[in-house]
Parts: sequence; structure tokens; C-alpha cells
Amino acid sequence: MRAPGGPDVAVGDVLLAVENVSLSFGGVKAVSDVSFDIRKGEIRAIIGPNGAGKTSMLNIINGFYQPQQGRITFKGEAHSKMRPHEAATGGIARTFQNVALFRGMTALDNIMAGRTLRMRSNFFWQMLRYGPAMSEEVEHRRRVEEIIDFLKIQEIRRVPVGRLPYGLQKRVELGRALAMEPELLLLDEPMAGMNLEEKEDMSRFVLDANDYYGTTIALIEHDMGVVMDLSDRVVVLDHGIKIADGTPDEVKKNQAVIDAYLGVAH
Amino acid sequence: MAPNAAADADTFPKLLVRNARIFGARPAMRHKDLGIWQTWTWAETLDNVRAYAVGLHRLGLKRGETIAIVGANRPRLYWSVMAAQMLGAIPVPVYADAVAEELAYVLAHAEVRFAAVEDQEQVDKILSVMERVPGLELMLYDEKRGLRDYDHSRLHAMEDVIGEGHKALAGDPSVGAWLDAEIAAGKDSDPSIILYTSGTTGASKGVVLSNERSIRAASDTVAFDKLTENDVALAYLPLAWVGDHYLNYAQGMVSGFCMACPESADTAMQDLREIGPTFYFAPPRTLELLLTRVMIRMEDAGFIKRALFHYFIGVARRYGERILNGQPVPLAGRLLYAIGSLLVYGPLKNVLGFSRVRVAYTAGEAIGPDLFNFYRSIGLNLKQLYGQTEAFLYVTAQPDGEIYSDTVGPACPNVDIRIAENGEVQFRSPGMFTGYFKDASKTAEAMTPDGYVKTGDAGFFDEKTGHLKIIDRAKDVGRLSDGTLFPPKYIENKLKFYPNIREAVALGDRRDFVAVMLNIDLTAVGSWAERNNVVYGSYQELAGHPLVYDMIEKHVAEVNRSLAADKVMAGAQIKRFLILHKELDADDGELTRTQKVRRGFIAERYAPLIKALYDGSKEADISTEVTFEDGRKGVISARVKIRDMLVEPVPAAMGKAA
Repeated sequence: MRAPGGPDVAVGDVLLAVENVSLSFGGVKAVSDVSFDIRKGEIRAIIGPNGAGKTSMLNIINGFYQPQQGRITFKGEAHSKMRPHEAATGGIARTFQNVALFRGMTALDNIMAGRTLRMRSNFFWQMLRYGPAMSEEVEHRRRVEEIIDFLKIQEIRRVPVGRLPYGLQKRVELGRALAMEPELLLLDEPMAGMNLEEKEDMSRFVLDANDYYGTTIALIEHDMGVVMDLSDRVVVLDHGIKIADGTPDEVKKNQAVIDAYLGVAH
Repeated sequence: MAPNAAADADTFPKLLVRNARIFGARPAMRHKDLGIWQTWTWAETLDNVRAYAVGLHRLGLKRGETIAIVGANRPRLYWSVMAAQMLGAIPVPVYADAVAEELAYVLAHAEVRFAAVEDQEQVDKILSVMERVPGLELMLYDEKRGLRDYDHSRLHAMEDVIGEGHKALAGDPSVGAWLDAEIAAGKDSDPSIILYTSGTTGASKGVVLSNERSIRAASDTVAFDKLTENDVALAYLPLAWVGDHYLNYAQGMVSGFCMACPESADTAMQDLREIGPTFYFAPPRTLELLLTRVMIRMEDAGFIKRALFHYFIGVARRYGERILNGQPVPLAGRLLYAIGSLLVYGPLKNVLGFSRVRVAYTAGEAIGPDLFNFYRSIGLNLKQLYGQTEAFLYVTAQPDGEIYSDTVGPACPNVDIRIAENGEVQFRSPGMFTGYFKDASKTAEAMTPDGYVKTGDAGFFDEKTGHLKIIDRAKDVGRLSDGTLFPPKYIENKLKFYPNIREAVALGDRRDFVAVMLNIDLTAVGSWAERNNVVYGSYQELAGHPLVYDMIEKHVAEVNRSLAADKVMAGAQIKRFLILHKELDADDGELTRTQKVRRGFIAERYAPLIKALYDGSKEADISTEVTFEDGRKGVISARVKIRDMLVEPVPAAMGKAA
């Protein structure tokens, strides 16, 4: 799916590293002693059977869960735990497994909401929508319009998202995440519940976002075809433990992965 | 505007120069980009097109060569057309949604060396058939997205090409002088464009049109509809279709009106509303879609709004058409209509984007009288035209005030029409094509020895109005055994305009009289049944219900009345009809996938019914195999009733085409 002839996005330094992270809820070990890294500019997939701890891992990265042990290094800064607002201001954006949009607001307003962290004018001007707030809003709106153009959702700009079909809601959510101009974009099952055509569209947008905005992407996905086509590297979790890490081809051949997915006779 | 555009500018580039001179600061083109309408004046357009032409020349485009244009309606693609014409090259627009196969055929047939395309999608499509288009050397693209990593040795961004041209023009005055000479060198007899027909019947043919003829035709219709530089049109029709090239491009160039390009194909309806065009074209299907949307939304509206809407639509049906035609209307009617305008028609037109429309056309297929009259009754000046690519669109058009839903109007100014012996419409017009590209034999086939173009459509002139009526494709028109003209589609369309009738199959070729087999529309008739306490368990039961037969009989009688009104058609009235026990279905091979009736197959399958229609039986037994949605097969048997119809008196001379 890569453009022919051209080089891939330059995959560079480590953007985020997870080291020996463990998380448990009471007696249940969701993640135990997992380490991996995400490099700048790559598309990194986290896969695994149900209950493998994928979403927990994502929640740890963006600070929604705080691990009991381990360390997260983001842009060279080590944290024993991330906090959601640190993650957001630091440049981590995400989408959710079950779409989490403001259903009564239009697609445009939802994506505009993604710009909140980048608003500089104070509350007073914002309230009046005048002076610096106005000129700032024009600039933000331009950025949002670029994203709308990028995602090809011009026709639903003014439609409340609650009235949109699921596939388009997912796209709006991606738009809101992109509006934050994140350095790291976490996608929690971006293709879940989509038909083939919607999946192909979404794959295209993920690849383009990576290529065009240079955004580093970490995604959780069930559809193996999608994962293998999209990602540069894949980490495989099973029962909270990392069982494999490598390029899609390496992972595909790994016996532990095959066993985890197909099951083995004990 | 200049009444005689051809006098001072006989090619499109010269028209562009003229427009920049006399309408310099007026908008020539708009395009919604990033949510904001961008505008280019005629002066700016000329500026960009000149730079583009210089850029294209530097890349090697030469006079007489062809260049493919592939994509949606976007300013830079229109500029590609203009720039190519400026160099004396011939643009060849191709449908943006053409599959790779068709695209390869047209590109190879037109021998293009250059292709100006919209975006990555089109670039990929062309790259995928590259080996079949060996002559193609260079592609230009408008939208940069996704193309950054492509091999750019044979790929250029239009923006860059235009930029190079600007630099060259600014840096060296001799370049400008050279370009002026190129523009002056363009001759009126030069081909201005090649439009490929959609190719529903065999391989598509390249229709070559010349500068002189295109401009003459456009000047005639611009005068006919009094279009000026103050008009605005929304360019949302496919670029490669003669309709867009004529209505928007050629008429825009001649009259100087502004062409607005929608943001994307999906937003065209919203953009229509924002732009508020004054000149509008829509095929009947689009108009029907719009009306359906309005009706659905009205059903959801509150009681008062709904009552208001239906009351005033009733008023409009009574008086609107007559007011629009300038006919006498009682004062009370005028008053009611004025109130309706304020409360209903005005807001409705505003929602649809029709508030400022002065002239609207529809064409392409038969339009239902109800649909047509609805738009006219709310004050939209909707008219019909008839034409084809070979004529550069217009053959006939309805003048203001002479509007009928079942005609396509009298011949356009300077168009000469005649009806051939076999009923085929033939014409000579100012805009007619010069020939099919590289296909002299096809050209010869399409023309008569004395220079008329054969349309392939059968028609006749209506006696009362003098307007042309198109009845069917000439090859589909049959004759009854007494020689009366029998146009099956014309009769079927008249029947299908009734919402209760979903499908109709007319029989009569080489038979004594016309008989039809009908399908009722389950939704429409089902809701009628609900309202009238008619109980039914299945389509078959409803279709056989005597009350349904009564209702359909009324429709058939009305069709007969309207057929009897035309001398030519009067002999083709429906004598007997039946309602089929099952719906015609593509899964059973009775319809094509595009929902067209497959006559031959139906004649075989329903032979017992057809036999009964013609042997005078009152009913007939039939059993047919059907395929269910899950693929299982079963057999449906039924006893189908046949009704006889009274036929309206037929005027004397029948069977002779007018």
C-alpha cells in the first residue's frame, strides 16, 4: 500500500519506550513486565487475542491507567506514570474503541474541539469571540478545514455526529485526534465494526496521516490483514505478557504467536 | 454581453482574451476550497491560463496534439482545457469515474501524449494501464496529496507548471508576444474539443467539435435564454459530458457568466444552495431525488407546517403553472399564490438552492408530468431540451412560456429538423460535429448524404404545439399489423409515471393491437390498500385484487386518452392489460441489472399470458420459476385476470408519421 518508488517515512529515534511495565487490577494481572518501544515516524501495531491487555497498554501510555511498576519514557523524559493531561499536552492523541464524540455537536465542532489545547487566547476573549480569540479561531478553523479535506468529510461538516453512520463517526474521531497535531497517535481498533470498503478507506487515511503529517501511530487492531499491511512493526501480547515483537513477517512465523491465536493442546 | 460573439472572437482562447478585457473584474470561476469560496476573475483566469499554456508548451505540448483531462469539476482542470486550446492542442475530457479499461481505450484511441488529471486516484488508475497507452508521456496533476513519493520524471503538479509559466512570462517579454501570436494563429475551423460518447452501444466514439461551430451554437442559446455576465451556474455535471462542456464551459465563455465548482461531488447540493445559481441543469433523476427528500422531511414536520405545505402546494398546482406562463388567473388565485410564495414556495426554493434560478433545464430521459409540474408550479422556470453530443447538445429547447411536460420544444434557433420516413429525427445545426475522431466510416453512417445527422431517436412533431416529441430509440419502434407506429418505451413510460405502476411491458409489434403487462408498486399500492382497508397477504394477492384492477384501469384509461390526443399515437392505444402475479426481477433474468426490461426473455417466459392477451381469454394460468433471495428456486402459479379497455375514438389518418 506504500507509494511506489518512494522511500518510507524515515523511521528514527525512539519516541516512546515502555520498560518493564506491570499493571494489575486487584488480583488480575492485566499487563506484566512488558517492554517495547515506538520509534518516530513508524506505524506500530499492538495485537493479541481477547483479554491480552492491549487496551490496558494503550491506557497506560496515555496516562489513563497508572502502572504499579515500570517506566515510560516519552521524548526522552522518564515517567513512572503518565497523567492524561501530560500525555495530551505532550503530544499524544487517541481514538476510542467505542466512538467517544460529542454526539449533539457537528462534525466540524467535534474536530474543532481537538484544537482546544492549542488555544492561546484567554477565557474572556474566547467568551466574546472577538479580538485575539477571533483571529486565533480563524487560524484553527483553517487547520480543521485542512483535516476535513484530508479525511474527505466535507459533506458532513454541519451534521451532528449522532446522526452519522458508524464508519463516518470513526473518521470524525480520527479527525479530532489529528486536530491536536499529535506526535504520537493511539488508535484503539480503528477498523472495528467496519465493512471492507470502510476498512480500506480508513487504512488509506492512517497511512496518509503517517506519510503526510509524519505522525507516529500506535494501533490496536483485530483484523490481521489490516495489521500486516499497515504496520512497520508489531508487538504481540497474550495474557498480559509480550510474546513476540518484530516486523509483520517475523511475527507471522513466530510459533508462540500461532499458538496464542490458534490455541495449543495442553 | 456581445450579441455576436463570433464576430470578434472565433476561438475559445480569443473569447477568453475578450472576456478578460470587457469583464476583467467580474468573477469567471469559483471553487469552494477548505470550506471557503475562492474566486478568480476573468482577468486572473486569463493570467493563469496564459502561464499554464507557456508551461505546457515548455513541456512539449504542440498544436494539433491531444491532451486528456480526467477528473471532477475543478478550476485547474477547466484551465487545462483553456490552456490546451490556447496552444491549439485538443482537450479530450474523460469521465472521472471511468474504470481503468475504458480510460485506457479512450487515451489510446485519442493518441494522447499528455494527461491532466485531478489526483492520486486518477494517476494510479492511469499508471495501472500504462502498457496499453504507449503514447502517453506525461501526467499533470492538480491535487498533490499522496503523490509526493511518486517518480516525478513523467509527473508534474499543475501548480508548478503554472508557476514556471508565470516566471517565464515575467522574465521575458518575448514569451508573451509569442503566446499572443499563438492565440492569433488559432483558426475557427480548428477542432476545439473531442468528447467521447459514453459508449452504451458498443465502443465509445470521439465526437470532434470545432471552435467555430461550438461558439456559434453557444451564442444562439445564450441569446435564446438571455444569459449575461451576471449569471451564475454550478458546474457539477461530469466534465466529459457534452452537457457540462456546453452549458457551463461554452456558454460561460460566450456570455461571460461565472462557473462555480462544488467542493466535492457529495457536497453539490449544499454548494448549490450557497451559490444560488441563476442557470441550472439537472437530469430528471436528480429532480426526483430532491423532491423525495423534501417530501420525506415534510412527513417528519409538525402538523401545522405539514398542513400549510400541502394546502399551498395544492394552490400552486392550480395556479402556479399558469402564473409562470403569464396566462390569466383569477385575482383570488393570485393572492393565494402570493401568500404561498411567502410562506412555502420561497423558503422551499431557498432550501433547494433555486431561489435565484432564472432558467432551468432538464433532459436525458422522459420526465414525469407530476414531477415536472411540481417544480414549475412553485415558480421554477424548468424547461426541457433535447440534444446529443453530435449536435453539441442543443437540437430543440422549450422557449419561455411554451412549456409542456411531454414535448422537448421546437427546434433551436438555426437548427433544421426533419423526420425521416422511418420516423427517425434528423437535424442540421450550427453546433453539429465535424466527425468522429479517426472513424470516417462511423461518421458516414451517422450522416445522411445531404448533410443531416441521424439521431437514432424516433419522434414526431406535435400538431397543436409544433413541438418535437421523442418517443423511443428508432430501432425499438415497431409497427402494429395495420402499420400503426408502436413505440413500446413511450407507452411504458406514460404508464410508469403513475406511482402505482412500477413496471410495464408493452406488446404490439406485428400484432393487431397494443396490450400491456404491468407490475404494481408494492409500496404505493400497499399504502393505498392500508388506507382503504384492502386486506392482502402477498404481492400476488394484492396484484389480483379487483379494486387494484379498477384503480389501474383508470390509469390505463388516462394513458389511452393522452395517446389519443396525438394523431400519430392514437392507433397505439392499449386494448387489453393484465397485472403480473409476480414482480419482474433481475434475479430471474427478467430485468437487466440496470432495471431495464428484457423483452425477448419476457416474451418467452410469459408466452401463455401473451397468448391469452391476444386470443380474447378473460384469464390465463401461468406458472413461473422464481429465484428467492437466498438462491433457492421455487414455482409460483397463478390465474391472472385480463381486462379489456375502451379505446378513445381514433381520428382519421392514422399510422402516418407527421
